[in-house]
Amino acid sequence: MKLSNITSRRNRILLRELVVTDFKLRYQGSALGYLWSILKPLFLFAILYIVFEKFLRLGKGIEHFPVYLLLGVVLWQFFAEATNNGLQAIVARGDLIRKINFPKYIIVISGTVSALINLAINIVVVGIFMVINQVPVSWEALWIIPLIIELYVFALGIAFFLAALNVKYRDTGYLWEVFMQAAFYATPVIYPLAMVVAQSEMIAKLLLLNPVAQVIQDIRYVMVTHDSITIWSFVGGWKSLIPFVIVGAVLVVATIYFRKHSKNFAENI
Amino acid sequence: MSDIPNAEPAIVISHVTKSFKIPLEASNGLKQKLVNSLKGRKGYRNFTPLNDISFTINKGDFFGIVGRNGSGKSTLLKTIAGIYAPNNGAVRVNGTLVPFIELGVGFNPELSGRENVYLNGALLGFSRSEITAMYKDIVDFAELHDFMDERLKNYSSGMQVRLAFSIAIKAEGDILLLDEVLAVGDAAFQQKCTEYFEKVRHSGKTVVLVTHSMESVEQFCNKAVLIEDGVVKTFGSPDEVAKQYTLDNLNAEANTNKAVTQTLNPEVKSLKVKLRSETIVEPNARLEFDVEYALHEAIQVDLGISILHQNLSVIEHNTQKLKLDYTVGKKHTLRYSLPLENLNHGRYEITAAIFEKSEFKLIGFTPKPITFVIDNIHNQPAGGVLAKTGEWRVL
Repeated sequence: MKLSNITSRRNRILLRELVVTDFKLRYQGSALGYLWSILKPLFLFAILYIVFEKFLRLGKGIEHFPVYLLLGVVLWQFFAEATNNGLQAIVARGDLIRKINFPKYIIVISGTVSALINLAINIVVVGIFMVINQVPVSWEALWIIPLIIELYVFALGIAFFLAALNVKYRDTGYLWEVFMQAAFYATPVIYPLAMVVAQSEMIAKLLLLNPVAQVIQDIRYVMVTHDSITIWSFVGGWKSLIPFVIVGAVLVVATIYFRKHSKNFAENI
Repeated sequence: MSDIPNAEPAIVISHVTKSFKIPLEASNGLKQKLVNSLKGRKGYRNFTPLNDISFTINKGDFFGIVGRNGSGKSTLLKTIAGIYAPNNGAVRVNGTLVPFIELGVGFNPELSGRENVYLNGALLGFSRSEITAMYKDIVDFAELHDFMDERLKNYSSGMQVRLAFSIAIKAEGDILLLDEVLAVGDAAFQQKCTEYFEKVRHSGKTVVLVTHSMESVEQFCNKAVLIEDGVVKTFGSPDEVAKQYTLDNLNAEANTNKAVTQTLNPEVKSLKVKLRSETIVEPNARLEFDVEYALHEAIQVDLGISILHQNLSVIEHNTQKLKLDYTVGKKHTLRYSLPLENLNHGRYEITAAIFEKSEFKLIGFTPKPITFVIDNIHNQPAGGVLAKTGEWRVL
């Protein structure tokens, strides 16, 4: 799995075909088709708005809280979808892998790229709500690009590891599902981090070391409101770099693990 | 056969060993793993379908891989295709390889025929422009012009196979790997495939074919290998390989049909046919076999033999004009000899029977026939019992 291979012409073509096929098939047979890609986040926003703005009133101290909330949920959904697509990728294409030789990591990447396309559509919808809510936008918002790359790299690393692990132990999918449910509440997605800070600063700092939490809070900071607590201001110093170390370490370990096992996928699936 | 001197190798297989760990129970789960490690069990057994295999396939070869079920030939093909990584040794491939372990791999029923061609092509490593260049050829060969924009799920299975096979043989790779796919489609499509293979034989493209059909091996291949129990048993000309394969199959049959039924009346002690000539004989040789018999009682008997071809009795010959020895308890032997030039090539069976002489009543016969094969040295198509001794003349 050399970098030159990932970008080789053959693999780019295959990746494109797989992503396009996936996209074509996603809304197969549904009347509204691709429109669902936009309708889904719209409905989600409506629900979040009613529940959190009208009833729970969690985000009292945060301006533009509904957009703040939607952005967090959309990013979390991307992370969950990318890792889950990656986890299923190899096992779901077992039939293919047993019959034809092609670079296996392409299907893992294709699963995460599909999730990335969804995220792009969702971000556009978030942008629309930002305009409606009159959220001021500055050049600072461009930070979203490197931040999403960071989140994508983290998701990809985990996807590689889970995909290979799932070939060996089919329990992986169930374990990951449970883990993600716990992680959802351990990440400041639907509650403001300030609520945790009020309880224990220590725990809030620990939560921010999670790369997903760090990215979500950073993107909220650059896109929506400076009320978003980020690792830079709240933890500070060299410790702010811990999430990046985690992302790097996960990618390296996962890639090595995947490489070691991918040559035996055909016989182990 | 045309063996080009100093031919460039297309596929070099050197000392390839492949073994699998076969789980003893369905142990794809964590629980089974834990249970096994607690009990100190391995939870799997080793199975080695390929054991130190080496041979070379040259550029332009039409190469046949044959072997009985479970001999390892499919594992070998998958190792050549790079699907399995060998535990030991290496496979070196020179040129682009287009594998067809199964037709229509990656076909998606929800996509149109056209989209499936492009997807299948991408899996095989072709770019959109490359596939666009082959597209017309593929559709022409499959004869599916009017259906390419319909979804694959609306195709009949025959149409799907035709499309898949057309991609297989029209894909512009240097080396084509095919696994047991010759028997697809209707007769007309088969004829087209046969013509295509005839053409490809002389085109310099390398084809590797895994098959059970000795007819296709002899018809198309210029080289072949016979795999048995994970090792190369015979490597060389397709005739040699086909002969060995046929012989092995006959032996295996003989071993499996051991259950001897009671076919002799009490007065007969034994009746046996023993082939003296080779199991595979050339048409210009003679068939020679012995019939052995022994009696329990002092009766007068006659013997008869029958030679069958495709369940049709071709020759029947008894001993009524012969003076036989009826000594009780002693083993007697008769020898039968037959020139074969009048018979067509193919598989024949010999049975012997014993009769009571005065009433010509059957009192015993050999339970299972002895098989021999007349070799197809002239590479003639099958059909008919008699040798093709006639002549055509254009008037």
